[in-house]
Amino acid sequence: MSQVEFLEPAAEPAPITMAEPRDYFDLMKPRVMSLVIFTALTGMAVAPGYLNPILAAFGILAIAVGAGASGVLNMAYEGDIDAKMRRTASRPVPSGRIGAGEAQVFGLILAVFSVMVVGLVLNWLAAALLAFTIFFYAVVYTMWLKRFTAQNIVIGGAAGALPPLIGWVAVTGDVGLYPILLFLIILVWTPPHFWALALFVQEDYGRAGVPMLPNVAGETVTRRHIFAYSLILAPLGASPFLFGYAGPLFGGAAIVLGGLFVWLALGVLREREADRHHAARALFGYSIVYLFALFAVLILEVAVGPSLSQWAAAL
Amino acid sequence: MGRRPMKEAALEDRVRLTEAQQKSRRRRSIAIALVLVALVVMFYVVTLVKLGPGVMERPL
Repeated sequence: MSQVEFLEPAAEPAPITMAEPRDYFDLMKPRVMSLVIFTALTGMAVAPGYLNPILAAFGILAIAVGAGASGVLNMAYEGDIDAKMRRTASRPVPSGRIGAGEAQVFGLILAVFSVMVVGLVLNWLAAALLAFTIFFYAVVYTMWLKRFTAQNIVIGGAAGALPPLIGWVAVTGDVGLYPILLFLIILVWTPPHFWALALFVQEDYGRAGVPMLPNVAGETVTRRHIFAYSLILAPLGASPFLFGYAGPLFGGAAIVLGGLFVWLALGVLREREADRHHAARALFGYSIVYLFALFAVLILEVAVGPSLSQWAAAL
Repeated sequence: MGRRPMKEAALEDRVRLTEAQQKSRRRRSIAIALVLVALVVMFYVVTLVKLGPGVMERPL
């Protein structure tokens, strides 16, 4: 017997990647990163104390990369789901431009680097919170909750809600009630935001086998849930003012923005299937504006706060 | 006679990238280089900011 007979057949050579740098950037979910940058910046802006602006900028960048790492790990694991949904089929993994294993390694490297940089540049409590955020999104939400329960985004939303807390901790080194309120606002905002989306892409979710609320409990229940959450969100959105952390400018804005949210959610509640989900689309689009506007007013109040107080005193 | 030199045969057996593959690899390499340079600059600046003006004032 010759030795050649014992040799394994040559393995198929790995396909040569044609991925562009842009594909790796897309893996990081840039739109989610922009929201993370904004909410983490808000947490930093409203926190008492001083943080060197250069350290703050690098810290925010590292927090954004950490959020990007969660996105990469999510896409590495969800290639099968993404391939079945129109909205996500062209992502780098399902389209074959980047392999799932390669994405996983890329995500892990980003995760380790971002946590280390946040620890070195900001502080290690902020780094620990970032590490927890990545773990929660990549493991608890992506690997477990998303395929397991219709309440996936109710619990999973915690990962997206943590950045303002990280921003606050970056400045103060401690956790307070104010950043917890900001955390709760995003936590309660997440379900109606995603359920509005799930209403008009439920066929996609059904095809992919993801147990989103409209697929599991039906449209009527989902509409009721969206409305109920909007009723909680509107006063919660104004809570920084009600607790005395934010000023009247924010209070007024939060009431108007929250009122509009409830009104649009009421439209979703009253909507019938023949309406082709116009109200759900409107609420989904507005929900993004809501969160950006609410946090932008918080930053604005910090930026112009002293001059605003002087103006109010002069009246 | 009739046998190619080993070095030449080894060269012919290598994977040959198409022009498009070479271009995409080049773009990836440039991106990695830029990220590495950015990291070096970031750590340098952060070190200066963290240690402040006293960075050079230390006992030898």
